Amino acid sequence: MVGGFMGVGSPLRLIDEMVRQRRGDLTLISNDSARPGVGVGRLIDAGLVKRLIASHIGTNATTQQLMLDGRLEVELVPQGTLAERIRAGGFGLGGILTPTGVGTLVAEGKRTLEVDGSQYLLETALKADFSFISARRADYYGNLEYSLTARNFNPLMAMAATTTIAEAESIVPVGMISPDSVITPGVLVHVLVGKERAA
Amino acid sequence: MNEKEVIARRVAKELKDGDRVNLGIGLPTLVAQYLAPSLHVFFHSENGIIGMSPLPGEGFEDINLTDAGGRPVGALPGACAFDSAFSFGMIRGGHLDVTVLGGLEVDELGRLANWMVPGSMIPGMGGAMDLVTGARRVIVAMTHRSKTGSKIVPRCTLPITSVRRVELIVTELAVIQPTENGLVLQEIAPGVSVRDVIDATEASLILGPGLAACE
Repeated sequence: MVGGFMGVGSPLRLIDEMVRQRRGDLTLISNDSARPGVGVGRLIDAGLVKRLIASHIGTNATTQQLMLDGRLEVELVPQGTLAERIRAGGFGLGGILTPTGVGTLVAEGKRTLEVDGSQYLLETALKADFSFISARRADYYGNLEYSLTARNFNPLMAMAATTTIAEAESIVPVGMISPDSVITPGVLVHVLVGKERAA
Repeated sequence: MNEKEVIARRVAKELKDGDRVNLGIGLPTLVAQYLAPSLHVFFHSENGIIGMSPLPGEGFEDINLTDAGGRPVGALPGACAFDSAFSFGMIRGGHLDVTVLGGLEVDELGRLANWMVPGSMIPGMGGAMDLVTGARRVIVAMTHRSKTGSKIVPRCTLPITSVRRVELIVTELAVIQPTENGLVLQEIAPGVSVRDVIDATEASLILGPGLAACE
């Protein structure tokens, strides 16, 4: 899983390092595939992704072409469902019931359940081996604070992986981020890296 | 005024003071420009903010503050940011008054198709399926015709976004209200005749109360 929305709030240093090490055959779970050269689009450009689970690929012509050529398997998931499936994965739930997608192509192969007279799709939880996330500020315990729309999927993904690696714009001493401002508790972050400093 | 401006201007009249509104990418984004200045509307964006505003000016860009298309925007005093699960909780939970979305097709059942053309254009649904499912009012803002014909059709030929009946269709030619009886033609644009609208529409239209006399 890689956080970010159209590249905003994506951990670019971690993405670039994946590209440098040529870590391929990936199943990538991300909101979108941004644009070529932007955010997780760099993993697509480098041909490292075998399977993509995302809500939107319309801004990346490379992703669409690879999919139409049969070189990239894509599972399109409604954005709210994607967020909830990831949340379920991290929160110990088997899945969630959502009205989104009932009666559409998204419902194919899924169970539809009626609860109190309304129809819902059973959408199963998503988990990952690794989550790469991005934050504005971290302390040395890994407590994370986010910024504006760069938060997006990052706090959800932080809980849904075996190993969570966070990249922070700045890292400050423990105690500098007030407990009320911490969005992702440091105990959930296994590895912390800073953004690369300009030389 | 081009046809997109005509549509955006008409949609803007549907928004009320205090409304919580999500504008889709593309044509719907233009609606914000035509709001009466006295109106205070809370713009929600699915990437996690309510209280979004246009970028106040050049040089105010913040790389961590964009709309759902990734374009830099501003935030009004009182704005609030949140994660994607919360953002869609607002959408599905019925906490948005209006969403304005673009469309590829709308049919006589009021069903919208706007997320894929099998075999050629598959952008994905992004937040559209959740928005159509959960917003209190769904307004489709689209041109009346595509290059190949009418976008208002008896039954959608493209994969639908939701089984929900949308509340209103606004095009450069007309305002159409889907009802349980079918599509009701409520208004025609200036300089357009009822006949023009009927000719440009593949679906059957029911003439609304004010229009029946014109025919």
